[in-house]
Amino acid sequence: MLKRILAIFKARNLEFIRDRGTMAWNILLPIALMAGLSLAFGGDGRTQYTVGVVQQAEVIDRAEHPFLETQYIRFVTVDDVAVAMRKVARHQLDLLVDFEEGNEYWVNPSSPKGYFVELALLQTDSLVNGSLQKSEIDGDAIDYVDWVLPGILGMNMMFSCLFGVGYVVVRYRKNGFLKRLRATPVRPLEFIIAQVASRLMLTMTITAIIFIGTHWALGTRMDGSYLLLLLIGLLGAVSLVSMGLLVASRVTSEELAGGLLNMINWPMMLLSGVWFSLEGAGQLVQSAAKIFPLTHILDAARAVILDGAGLADVWVSLAVLVAMSAVFLGLGARFFRWDPA
Amino acid sequence: MYALEARNLVKSYPNVLAVDNVSFGVREGICFGLLGPNGAGKTTTVEIIEGVTPATSGEVYYQGEIAGRRFREEAGIQFQNTALQDNLTVMETLIMFQTLYDRQAHLDDIIEACSLGELLSRDNRKLSGGQRQRMLLAIALVNKPRVVFLDEPTTGLDPQARRNFWQLVQRIQNDGTTIILTTHYMDEAHVLCDEIAIMDEGKIIASGPPDELLQERYKGLIIELPIDNVKDDLAGIDHQTIEDLGIVEVLTEDIPGSLAALTPHLFDANRIKIRQANLEDLFLDLTGHSLRT
Repeated sequence: MLKRILAIFKARNLEFIRDRGTMAWNILLPIALMAGLSLAFGGDGRTQYTVGVVQQAEVIDRAEHPFLETQYIRFVTVDDVAVAMRKVARHQLDLLVDFEEGNEYWVNPSSPKGYFVELALLQTDSLVNGSLQKSEIDGDAIDYVDWVLPGILGMNMMFSCLFGVGYVVVRYRKNGFLKRLRATPVRPLEFIIAQVASRLMLTMTITAIIFIGTHWALGTRMDGSYLLLLLIGLLGAVSLVSMGLLVASRVTSEELAGGLLNMINWPMMLLSGVWFSLEGAGQLVQSAAKIFPLTHILDAARAVILDGAGLADVWVSLAVLVAMSAVFLGLGARFFRWDPA
Repeated sequence: MYALEARNLVKSYPNVLAVDNVSFGVREGICFGLLGPNGAGKTTTVEIIEGVTPATSGEVYYQGEIAGRRFREEAGIQFQNTALQDNLTVMETLIMFQTLYDRQAHLDDIIEACSLGELLSRDNRKLSGGQRQRMLLAIALVNKPRVVFLDEPTTGLDPQARRNFWQLVQRIQNDGTTIILTTHYMDEAHVLCDEIAIMDEGKIIASGPPDELLQERYKGLIIELPIDNVKDDLAGIDHQTIEDLGIVEVLTEDIPGSLAALTPHLFDANRIKIRQANLEDLFLDLTGHSLRT
């Protein structure tokens, strides 16, 4: 069994590696995106200040808190103080203030914008409401480039896994190569394992090269464990490859396969948080995003890369990915068909 | 016991009965030909036997037992149309396929037999028609098969390439391998096959050794005349007119007598051809129509 899997695995690898156009596209696209985004967002392009306001009550009386009327500051409502404090640490919020309990505020001493927003707060509210209690939260800034890197790698992985397996299997079926394999002792499961293993190795190699290269060239952030990130990548790639196999299990037309894969790709890319966070989106959209493996991959990867999260913090995402892979693979093997008939 | 036996095979699609209760047995070591025009049901029948197309009903036996995993291990198959993986060389493809089997032939022998020595580093996509057929045959041989299926192996090849391929098939057969050949070339079947079954519209309409089938049906030789060489309706002479081929045929055991009888009815007595009956004639007689090739 193993030698048959290895034979198909090796042949598929050679077929892909020698297809220079596709290979180059898989590597150059994310690099070009990262280079462009680095140029566009590498500097501090934002001019607006952002302040989180802890709000449990329906409304806050703005007359009592003139700071909330300050121009050029965007005030965002916060209901989870712990999350908001983490954003202060990352410089995603310039300051966090709680007027409801204890007149307290949190600021990152290494944040230049936090410094100016704090001055504005003290100049306005403290004059009206007396002294405010200050707390400091340490942490380095997270550039958009740092934040978007997992998204771009995840997106590249998504395209590579879904099309690299789904589309190729449909092509094999259409041109009769699967039928030829069926006439050999190869079992469907052996063929599927070989395809998954081949794509997994290629995708993980390419993703690792790009991640390390970007980290080296652009100095992108990595606060967590490389091993855990590798595990997230592996489980994520397995889930995406399995999804591609499920789509390809019976389809006989490359056009239909392309359409079906795009029907999955685009919502997944838009809703999984590749380019922007869905924190401001409605609950329905956030819940819908959870059906995509890429959402769980990116949530876990960003937690590890940006927050230094450990296995205990991301195990739920990993479990969801494992469960999704099992369902996709099971259904894919169940419905798999060698020939177009 | 047959090496391979098909029993009551039926394959139906909506509105089409592609294979209609087909049964036959193939003895060990022979070349068995399944003949018929395009659409006769040959390929479907063979693919059911090969195990790549499920039958609506019927069974296939290999060495006396239902064809299963052992059959897959010991059968070599050359499909009519097979795409290979892109960007792989001939040698890499042969090794890949060979690795799929526990039973393995010496690749050097296959490469030599199929004359692939100079093509080993060539990309699969850059093979000519004849080279490709030799390559597909080599793939069918990588597991040292006891039974080889060849589905229309010489379609699209030029006459020289066809003859070379025939020699190759004869070499394989000489090694004791059982061969199942499907073809719509009756001359090919006559040269290669020890036994044949002729199919039309999903059924076997005749079977047996080619020469026996011909001898049973044709006593004597055939005089073949172009229709436009005949002056009248050849009254009193037993003949057969084949409109779509534009010829008239007279089967006779008495060539001088028949020629004497025919001459007054012809514009030109030199425009005739005398030949032995062949499988094309047999097919025409059995079905009432010529091969739709």
